[in-house]
Amino acid sequence: MAIPGTLPIIGASWDDVLFVLFAAVMLGSALLVVTLRDIIRSGLAMIVCFGSLAGIYVLLGSPIMAATQVLVYIGAISVLVLFAIMLTQTKGGPARLVFQTQWWAAAIAAIAIVIILAVVVGSTDWQASAERASATTEAVARLLFDEYTLPFEAVSVLLLAAVIGGVFLAKRDRAPD
Amino acid sequence: MANSLDAYLILSGFLFAIGTFGFLARRNAISMLMSIELMLNAVNLTILAFGAFIPALQGHATVIALIVVAVAAAEATVGLAIVIAIYRNRRTPLVDEYDAMRQ
Repeated sequence: MAIPGTLPIIGASWDDVLFVLFAAVMLGSALLVVTLRDIIRSGLAMIVCFGSLAGIYVLLGSPIMAATQVLVYIGAISVLVLFAIMLTQTKGGPARLVFQTQWWAAAIAAIAIVIILAVVVGSTDWQASAERASATTEAVARLLFDEYTLPFEAVSVLLLAAVIGGVFLAKRDRAPD
Repeated sequence: MANSLDAYLILSGFLFAIGTFGFLARRNAISMLMSIELMLNAVNLTILAFGAFIPALQGHATVIALIVVAVAAAEATVGLAIVIAIYRNRRTPLVDEYDAMRQ
């Protein structure tokens, strides 16, 4: 049985359907991340958000970036965040106040950012092509190890510095004997 | 819809704004770091959207996004280590109780 090119009833293409689906899941779970009272649950919602963002990367035609998103964000950063949550949870359970007292000012700032960005995006001609086209993974690798060798090496030094800094900051001070 | 640059840009604008709200409004230091991660992801989505729709940026956008991911990982490591170090001294993860400089 062949899959039809468009959705049977509505007539939207599969790309559009997937885009709307991933976008809705991503924005919904991002809202959960910033509003849930229990911080463990907001950590888990963050994983869902990263996963659907990986789906959007696939729709953009960049499978290498989707794989990196799953490996680094879902595999490494989320686990790091969940460990930090468990290390810093207080016995009394989640805090009574989720937001600080001036959260309405933050909400106004966020809405202003959305409006400004929407106006800018709507009023600018980006000279974009009508079709998505993305570089193959091989082309990306050639760029990364040829033209961008210096940033690549700088990133490796940065990661080394971050490892040393993380261990130094989080290690327990030895009690004086 | 999936074939227009504007849709991706507005989507990442929404994600960035949600991250901004979380960073400014949450009391828990780790929630603030998670909001920063959301904002970095929004920026990455913007970079990749430009790379997919503007031919001159094609491969470069993916390379830049990969470097941004590495920098974000470094930032998360050091940020969480700082939060854990502060928690060890003050016994709370809530940032509005870090008021030692005020007294």
